[in-house]
Amino acid sequence: MTNLRLTYLLLVVLVMSLTTYFTRAMPFIFFSKRKPPAFLNYLQRLMPPVVMVVLVFASYKDIDFLAAPYGLPALTAGATTAALHFWKRNTLLSIAGGTALYMVLIRVM
Amino acid sequence: MSVYERDEWRRVLPLAVRTSIPVLLGYVPLGIAFGLTLVAAGFPWWLSPIMGIFIFAGAAQFMAIGLMQQGTGIFEIALFTLLMNARHIVYGLSMLVPFSKSGSWKPYLIFGLTDETYGLLTTVRPPQNVDETKFYAATTALNHLYWVVGCTLGAFVGSALTLDTTGLDFALTALFIVLLVEQIRSVRRFEPYVAALVACGVALLVSPQNFLLIALALAIGFLALLRPRIEKKEAESRGAV
Repeated sequence: MTNLRLTYLLLVVLVMSLTTYFTRAMPFIFFSKRKPPAFLNYLQRLMPPVVMVVLVFASYKDIDFLAAPYGLPALTAGATTAALHFWKRNTLLSIAGGTALYMVLIRVM
Repeated sequence: MSVYERDEWRRVLPLAVRTSIPVLLGYVPLGIAFGLTLVAAGFPWWLSPIMGIFIFAGAAQFMAIGLMQQGTGIFEIALFTLLMNARHIVYGLSMLVPFSKSGSWKPYLIFGLTDETYGLLTTVRPPQNVDETKFYAATTALNHLYWVVGCTLGAFVGSALTLDTTGLDFALTALFIVLLVEQIRSVRRFEPYVAALVACGVALLVSPQNFLLIALALAIGFLALLRPRIEKKEAESRGAV
């Protein structure tokens, strides 16, 4: 591993630890005496679905849907993952099932 | 440590172990999945326990694998972590009073306030005869331990595997889909999803290189615009129930 990459990874860990700690400590720092602004309260409720849509979209955005296999392995496996999760709601099963299907599909399609 | 203190810890520990068993069953498999995915994505095994120890945030850690793999900038990663963890701001609010007497344990209790720890600490009331702070501390530390053990185990198993793992990184996409399904189950409004999709489409057209940042910024803007509408509807549906 190059030094540059090592520095990057450690920097990511540092920044993520501080940011995570910051979000957990924020109410104790700022809002122990007054209520948080209503917009913050509104945003924190609706951001998780937004972040998830953006992340799923980002996972698919670099796939070439115009050339064979037209993104079909990722689309099929993704739909299977979602269906499994709506049905059984077992995180490990959904991820393992979808991933295994994807690994098979990219080898046969 | 005084004899009295040691006695108290001895009373608190079995209680904390019993309380945290559901988290043990959840964190170890999820931590293993994290370690496996991290190593399969080409990262060194030691990164897994280090992230588990210092970050201790499941969804954000999983998200980080994908972001690091794409070499995402530090600023973007910080922004994503902030948005992913924004819900913690509200968790803390309900812990202000319970943690107010926790003294030197307080910084650690705040650090360990994951979804699951929060769930336990707000639903399980320690019996009268045990010290609340010690109970909180023991439960938090056990949860932290389960998570780090899971992350480490997964990374070791992952680096021992010598199979053809091409395509294993789809586990990340699958995880994001699973988390999205969880959101769809709990946030039953269509506006945030539509806002996010439109934001994604625009971001892709404007600049695929800065996709994440533009998509998030636009989505926040759309949500701000939609706020009167969404809050009115929420008030109506509460009134109907």
